[in-house]
Amino acid sequence: MSKILIRGAKVLDGEPQDVLIDGETITEVGAALSATGARVIEADGQILLPGLVDLHTHLREPGREDSETVLTGTRAAAVGGYTSVHAMANTFPVADTAGVVEQVWRLGRESGYCDVQPVGAVTVGLEGKKLAELGAMHDSAAGVKVFSDDGKCVDDAVIMRRALEYVKAFDGLIAQHAQEPRLTEGAQMNEGIVSAELGLGGWPAVAEESIISRDVLLAAHVGSRVHICHLSTAGSVEIVRWAKSKGWNVTAEVTPHHLLLTDELVRSYNPVYKVNPPLRTEADVMALREALADGTIDCVATDHAPHPHEDKDCEWGAAAMGMVGLETALSVVQHTMVETGLLDWAQVADRMSFRPARIGRLTGQGRPVSAGEPANLTLVDSAYRGQVDPAGFASRSRNTPYQGRELPGRVTHTFLRGRATVVDGKLA
Amino acid sequence: MKRHLISAADLTRDDAVLILDTAEEMARLADRPIKKLPTLRGRTIVNLFFEDSTRTRISFEAAAKRLSADVISFSAKGSSVSKGESLKDTALTLEAMGADAVVIRHHDSGAPHRLATSGWIGGSVVNAGDGTHEHPTQALLDAFTMRRHLGQGTGSDLAGRRVTIVGDILHSRVARSNVHLLSALGADVTLVAPPTLVPIGVGHWPCEVSYDLDSVLAKSDAVMMLRVQRERMNAAFFPTEREYARRYGLDGERMARMPEHAIVMHPGPMNRGMEITADVADSPRCTAVEQVTNGVSIRMAVFYLLLGGAEPAVSEPAAPALTRTEESS
Repeated sequence: MSKILIRGAKVLDGEPQDVLIDGETITEVGAALSATGARVIEADGQILLPGLVDLHTHLREPGREDSETVLTGTRAAAVGGYTSVHAMANTFPVADTAGVVEQVWRLGRESGYCDVQPVGAVTVGLEGKKLAELGAMHDSAAGVKVFSDDGKCVDDAVIMRRALEYVKAFDGLIAQHAQEPRLTEGAQMNEGIVSAELGLGGWPAVAEESIISRDVLLAAHVGSRVHICHLSTAGSVEIVRWAKSKGWNVTAEVTPHHLLLTDELVRSYNPVYKVNPPLRTEADVMALREALADGTIDCVATDHAPHPHEDKDCEWGAAAMGMVGLETALSVVQHTMVETGLLDWAQVADRMSFRPARIGRLTGQGRPVSAGEPANLTLVDSAYRGQVDPAGFASRSRNTPYQGRELPGRVTHTFLRGRATVVDGKLA
Repeated sequence: MKRHLISAADLTRDDAVLILDTAEEMARLADRPIKKLPTLRGRTIVNLFFEDSTRTRISFEAAAKRLSADVISFSAKGSSVSKGESLKDTALTLEAMGADAVVIRHHDSGAPHRLATSGWIGGSVVNAGDGTHEHPTQALLDAFTMRRHLGQGTGSDLAGRRVTIVGDILHSRVARSNVHLLSALGADVTLVAPPTLVPIGVGHWPCEVSYDLDSVLAKSDAVMMLRVQRERMNAAFFPTEREYARRYGLDGERMARMPEHAIVMHPGPMNRGMEITADVADSPRCTAVEQVTNGVSIRMAVFYLLLGGAEPAVSEPAAPALTRTEESS
């Protein structure tokens, strides 16, 4: 593999430097490096980040290839600056066996655009009744470390306790979709002023907060670590903050859309805003931003949830929940966190690469941008401004809430172990 | 008025008074030997019902027919919808058949809004009840009934009148529409229900809330009893039917505490013995049957204003045929 010299990039927004890649590795970082024999990429002061890591992606394969495949999903990830994604288990069949997780893992390797870490289901068929073969999934070629019934909550306290205990044997992690099922029967949006006016079933904040409360206590009780998926309420933030103050091993993520959008948008009845957990209030959004800034929330995760057009081009009640997010995540974070002064780019690297990699126990991802490290890199033109046009998405699905919205920032280059997967904003 | 009637919240005071006044003109038709106007001759109105509701469907059908429109009734049961056809494809079919207006009843809140704003259909959309959201023509016929009993006649609103709505507010599209409309017409609305059946966020609605029916009866000009669905009991909204009837049901004793001029209303169908006793339901103060009659006049007025035009609805001796306008006033 040839050498690549990235010239004049601000590493984590520091002073402009040159970064030399040789093969799969960063070999030098410094001023005025020799370009001999290297392909030169003029960064012109763009920001260089470690390749982004997503703990929460739905790739839909196997089973719903009309929405997304591992190939199209990893292409979308590369366009968004990601070099590693965790593929959630709610596929058809469910990724609850070594066979299915290995299939997803191999498809990821073959795609070549992004590492794919399969997430194993906690329970058989995501039914919440019987533990899946967590050990077999860990021992498989996929080497699964993260387990989740995402899309559904592991609501049985005993099953949750057993899962938390069991994965300690191989340093596994249970990632919980916190949703008390009885409190959210028929729920279609955040319960509050807007749901009352629109006559849509309410998803109360307490349905999330009560499960998080239980699970941090369970994790502390059994001495395990637990990860809370897509926090959406100010109350959830307070519970996680309290648990961390006790020294418990709790981590949490927030999605870009929960950092920007509110339930007021549902007044349009446009299903593009239908997502689980639902869009909350302005006060929740502000609390989530603050918590991401102060580290209470560890990382940003996309919850990229592709759906075909027909599943969204319908009435609200019939529409599928979820929105795509891989290709817009960094722009939304720049808009909501960097341009508001809540995070600098070094902290963005922490929340979108270093910490999620650490939580997922990845060794070759989320590494510093320095000599000797794997060349997983993302180059960002933060001065760019443009309207989101889903027609150009690499994802197979287009269900974005940002169509036509102006967002800042653009990933110009992505490198996966020294190979450019995105060049000048386009797939290589 | 706008091109569609989706929500009572979209109606200004003047819009609402115009509809009520037009309905008064339409009501006069009932006294004629031939209860029919040529106003919407050649126009096609589709009743698109995804949810069973015989009385509402018949009311819309009668209203359209009295205005000489061609009426197509489409029930989701036994249709292509039950075979999995989407609302969008159904709408495109109706559009291809040249529907001038679609009256839609749907189990999902927001479905009429989606139909009207998605570009699937070009005609007017009338919400005949969507999920637990709204039922604007029911609110209009309720307001029409109140104005006849309590108001000052044509041109007037309901300023200063006190209306109490009792029952399952949480799941009631009738209550939501009534709160918006009655507020626009100047009435003071009080909602009465057990706390489990009051929506979170109701504090932002233009009304008062009480958990005590007895405390508001004496100052009510109209008491509207809502139907309580018996399946709500399984979801623990209240302990027993008996307890609900005792605390929130309207019986003769409670009715006697209402002012003499006050009326009892019910959108129907009634659970006699649950939210209303038989003696109250059958009393001359109960307007439930009259509301059904008024529903036809209101729906005629809505069709006329959406599809007809700005000419007088009923002229003597015969009404002219009117041309369609996109924005009727």
